[in-house]
Amino acid sequence: MNEQLILYPLFLQMAISIILMFGWARIRFQKVFSVFGSVVSLALAIWLFTYIWNNGTQTIQAGNWEAPFGITFVADMLSVTLVLLTAISGLAVSIFSGASVLRDRLRFGYFPIFHFLLLGLNGAFLTGDIFNLYVWFEIIIISSFVLITIGGEKAQLEGAVKYFTLNILASMIFLTAIAVLYGITGSLNMADLAGQIAEVENRGLVQITALLFLIGFGIKAGVFPLYFWLPASYHTPPFAVSAIFGGLLTKVGVYALIRVFTLIFVDDPFLNNIIMIIAILTLVSGGIGALVQNNMRKVFSYLIICHIGYMIAGLGMFTEIAIAGAIFYLIHDIIVKTNLFMLSGVVYRIKGTNSMRDLGGIYAKWPKISLLLFIPLFSLVGIPPLSGFWPKINLIKAGFTNGSYITVGAIIFASFITLVIIAKMWAEVFWKEDKELPLRSNFGYFSKMTNAKRMQFIVPVAFLSIVSLYIGFGAEHIQELSARIADELVNSQGYIDAVLKSKN
Amino acid sequence: MEILLALMVGILYGTGIYMMLRRSMVKLIIGIILLGNGANLLIFLLGRITKGAPPIIQGDAKVFVEAFADPVPQALILTAIVISFGLQSFAIVLVKRAHTVVRTDDLDEMNATDEDS
Repeated sequence: MNEQLILYPLFLQMAISIILMFGWARIRFQKVFSVFGSVVSLALAIWLFTYIWNNGTQTIQAGNWEAPFGITFVADMLSVTLVLLTAISGLAVSIFSGASVLRDRLRFGYFPIFHFLLLGLNGAFLTGDIFNLYVWFEIIIISSFVLITIGGEKAQLEGAVKYFTLNILASMIFLTAIAVLYGITGSLNMADLAGQIAEVENRGLVQITALLFLIGFGIKAGVFPLYFWLPASYHTPPFAVSAIFGGLLTKVGVYALIRVFTLIFVDDPFLNNIIMIIAILTLVSGGIGALVQNNMRKVFSYLIICHIGYMIAGLGMFTEIAIAGAIFYLIHDIIVKTNLFMLSGVVYRIKGTNSMRDLGGIYAKWPKISLLLFIPLFSLVGIPPLSGFWPKINLIKAGFTNGSYITVGAIIFASFITLVIIAKMWAEVFWKEDKELPLRSNFGYFSKMTNAKRMQFIVPVAFLSIVSLYIGFGAEHIQELSARIADELVNSQGYIDAVLKSKN
Repeated sequence: MEILLALMVGILYGTGIYMMLRRSMVKLIIGIILLGNGANLLIFLLGRITKGAPPIIQGDAKVFVEAFADPVPQALILTAIVISFGLQSFAIVLVKRAHTVVRTDDLDEMNATDEDS
């Protein structure tokens, strides 16, 4: 096996981004090449996924420095699954951006930065070194700053200031945590740290370090007391940008939490209790926050927070079935959240607003599109055959076996609130009688578009809807996959051996 | 030396967070800079300071026998400084731009994103 294979997703995204920079002023070339590059990276991700599925965890030591000393890249099932999901969402958003982002904004290097963001995401998923994870996080946030400010409208800049401040604070806390961790163990390799941390006598210091990680990643993931930047900024950038943010950026925080709390800081009842409490409060407060919003994108922003709670709850219960539920939910959520923000983009193009009060009558006028948009909306709730249903079953089952009935209650409450919100949205946006809105000048309405341009809006939504239908109807495959990932995470010895054994 | 650095780190973190909690955007940036320097110094401090012993191994030896200055934290700080330099430059440009568009320096007046639309 050629070990460098697991770095190819990184090289590919970087190459795409550099080539796109050479076509800086040629928007048409950028649109086509970005889609082409995303297709290639999807093919590569599928190939890498099947390779790891058949051959188990693979590692590469950068510069042949042996395991605890050099920078390690690890491809285990969790990493490659997330790389695959990044490629799927990346492809959909890349098609969607071509039509929905204004030409003025594309001129400021939207596509190169977009692929840089995907590079950062892939890097964060594949690295096995905690400081290297920090560096990938910085690549992600600097690209996201550019994407969130691109265009420079008033609301965007105000949202960006909040987004920027909280993310930089999270990075500083993460860096502090790394410093303390290095101070107590003298290592940065995650697999090596797992062994080192277990031997530290001063458990209080370990718990404090873990809490610093929890706060740092928690801000990025948007958990209960730390999420206020998210609904303030996610509805301001172009729709394609909030799609990739909503789908993937908060999930990097969740990924980092899952990685750190299943590998390094394991089996600490104090930490597990804190994570559980945070999860319950996240589920409840995010759901209630979404209830009172009127702007579609703001509703989805609050629902992101609410649904992060499911994954954190799965992590907090820390049984194999609970983590399998969390992983399944992660897979489902990345696809559906990306799709929902693109959906709000389609609605915006049709009516020229996102305010639920003013919307209405889309079902009467656009029945086929409404039927398509029905799939992501109700996948989110998890009406039984659709994708959100199965992970919740796992989580509830895990809650009952653990005896944590409050968690089960919170999960059911959050699902119920989601159902209410989505039903309300369906009634308000699609069923309600059409209001005659004043037509806006200089606005590209959906009905005035050419068929080719319309397809650029519809195809990515349909693509992700098909993926989420597959997750729902082919649930046994995803179940098998997430059970295997959970097994690898709970019995982390396999991961540690894969990284450290390459010494021989 | 350790005590002095520890105090320094505490002061930088404290003043940094205090400045970030002010309402002015300029003070926000000063806070971010102070906090970044505090974090870098903390890494330096926790790498255990060893004076006058660079990590150079003797030609005929295989391992270190004496205490040596750990090069890893210094490499980490170097990376972190470069990254925070980039982020701070971005922050300054962002705040400048936000000030021209919103026409205020007060973070409390930046609430257009919370309005119902």
